[in-house]
Amino acid sequence: MSTSGIELTVGLTRSATQGETGMGGMRPLERPIDVELVELTKVFDNGVVAVDRVSLQIHQGEFFSLLGPSGCGKTTTLRMIAGFEHPTSGEVLIEGRPMGNTPPFRRNVNTVFQNYALFPHMTVYDNVAFGLRMKRIPRDEIARRVREALQLVRLQGFEERYPRQLSGGQQQRVALARALVNRPRVLLLDEPLGALDLKLRKEMQLELKHLQMTVGITFIYVTHDQEEALTMSDRIAVMNAGRVLQVGTPVEIYERPSSRFVADFIGESNFLRGRVTEVGPGEVTVALDGGFPISVRCDQPPARGTEVTVAVRPEKIRIAPAEAPEANGLVRGRVEEVIYIGTDTFYVVRITDETVVRVRSQNDRNRLDGGQLLPVGTPVSLDWAPDAARVLTE
Amino acid sequence: MTSEATMPSALVLPKRRWRVSFGWLALYLNVVLAFVFLYAPIVVMSIFSFNASRQMQVWMGFTLDWYVRMLHDERVRIAAQNSLIVALVSTLVSTVIGTLAAMALERTRFRVKRLYEGAMYLPIIVPEIVMAIALLVFFNLAFTWLDRLFGLQLNFGLGTITIAHIAFSFPFVAVVVRARLADFDRTLEQAAQDLGATDWQTFRYITLPLLMPGIIAGALLAFTLSIDDFVITFFNAGVGSTTLPLEIYGRVRRGITPDVNALSTVMLLASIVLVLGSLLLQRRRTA
Ligand SMILES: Nc1ncnc2c1ncn2[C@@H]1O[C@H](COP(=O)(O)OP(=O)(O)O)[C@@H](O)[C@H]1O
Ligand SMILES: [Mg+2]
Repeated sequence: MSTSGIELTVGLTRSATQGETGMGGMRPLERPIDVELVELTKVFDNGVVAVDRVSLQIHQGEFFSLLGPSGCGKTTTLRMIAGFEHPTSGEVLIEGRPMGNTPPFRRNVNTVFQNYALFPHMTVYDNVAFGLRMKRIPRDEIARRVREALQLVRLQGFEERYPRQLSGGQQQRVALARALVNRPRVLLLDEPLGALDLKLRKEMQLELKHLQMTVGITFIYVTHDQEEALTMSDRIAVMNAGRVLQVGTPVEIYERPSSRFVADFIGESNFLRGRVTEVGPGEVTVALDGGFPISVRCDQPPARGTEVTVAVRPEKIRIAPAEAPEANGLVRGRVEEVIYIGTDTFYVVRITDETVVRVRSQNDRNRLDGGQLLPVGTPVSLDWAPDAARVLTE
Repeated sequence: MTSEATMPSALVLPKRRWRVSFGWLALYLNVVLAFVFLYAPIVVMSIFSFNASRQMQVWMGFTLDWYVRMLHDERVRIAAQNSLIVALVSTLVSTVIGTLAAMALERTRFRVKRLYEGAMYLPIIVPEIVMAIALLVFFNLAFTWLDRLFGLQLNFGLGTITIAHIAFSFPFVAVVVRARLADFDRTLEQAAQDLGATDWQTFRYITLPLLMPGIIAGALLAFTLSIDDFVITFFNAGVGSTTLPLEIYGRVRRGITPDVNALSTVMLLASIVLVLGSLLLQRRRTA
């Protein structure tokens, strides 16, 4: 994702990116590393291993998401970067410097808390000015920078309000402005949109992404919402039970999940069990339990005889009546359920006694089922492109 | 709400109405009784402070004589002055100690915490007379030893009263402040630290202002406890350290007179003003 096309219109923006002239055209992964986690581990007093040997490299200007179910250790990871939690072992490096015991107020990062944590006894202006005042910045510069920050989040004219006189979305913007006004190297955001309703959340997702591209600050964004992570991120680290399972761009994570957990957590997947019968170059043949041998693309093919799971996304599967001429299906089955949702139709197809496959078929004119819903009970054949399926060993 | 309003059932309503009216009756009775027991004596006292007669039994017409006399009464002036000095100093000190104690109990973990907690709350449950005697014995002992070791000649007076008042009022401050600390959102302090505030700045600009209503309420409580304390003050006072309650007691022993009523009425008014002031102050803080 390149940020070079974005017009920098606000003062805060310009100065924040001044030192990086010429970097705009660089791809994020070629840029210097802002935050590095090395085998970061946190074991709480009660024995809970909240974060387990997490190693990550987050590059300058990246929108990086930590994605995982509730309780997987995202917040704890973020708190160790901010300095609120001390690692049991491992290390946090910011701009290449090991943080060790550096207290939060000496780290060049700022946090947007999940509940915003706005100071209730201060006006919007005083909230946003707080960080600058602590650093004893001259009064007129504070005024200028606060004005710019409020402009950036479109909250001009709200200076004298108190937090409780603002809506959830506005409070969220104040929290953003309060952090951004300090021009941190890295902004940490812990489920910042979690408290907003769906419509506002969707709006704010795009706005946040736009804001991040404008100011060019590295964002580390915590969320349990996979759609949110896919929408906004340059790269995503998928976490479960304290561990990072996979790191990659949204496309990589979605198209090439490396584990069953990732394939299941991001989007939806069908999991078909089988055994490897043939190993070719970049390809294996898998005999599905109670099905036919199918060939699947695979970068690191497992040995012959290995029990594997084949993952296929519902929207990658083509469905056709079994007697149709183009039905050279990989798998045959019978329609068990039809769910029509307007743009798409979901079919639940039983292929063996134990296994059903969910198929998502777009309701456009090019469908293989001839523009008609296939009724329940229809014998069908399913197929997909060889690179649409993934062989998962775990 | 709306479903109640549109409910057509005629069967439900009478039952509800009956319950409501019974509730109202109980509430009404309660209010009346509270007024009779709580306020009637106070009202009677105040009214008779304007009585032209020296006798309590008869009303002889309105006068402000007792108030005028009180204003010119040297003994009353000295007692009021003593009371104020003791109340102000002990309130100030016990508010600071009480707030720190609350912070220590709520924010830190130390080995003898439970013990400290129990010991600190003791003055709240110990009978006042026991506390008074204990302090008396303590001061006597301390004075004896200070005399023997350093030749210091100390005696009972405003100093002992003030120390005694601090001792019994700071736990009350601690309780009030701690209640506010208990539901304090600590992410606010973390947010301040995150924005570059040191520990001291965090305390100064976030913790303290947000605790202020609790601290003010605690201080007010300490002040009220101090200004009207009789038992402990009585046992730990010395020559020339008569406070208002002691002065009133001394006068009542010679018979209840309208000037005592006038003095009490003034104290009542003063505390009402104090409470209203603190309420207004707290309002402004959060508005
Ligand atoms: N202060 C703490 N003491 C003990 N356990 C904790 C503490 N904070 C978090 N945990 C535990 O650590 C795990 C990870 O928590 P957290 O990082 O908050 O997860 P997430 O943000 O992904 O929902 C959870 O099992 C949680 O119960
Ligand atoms: Mg969390």
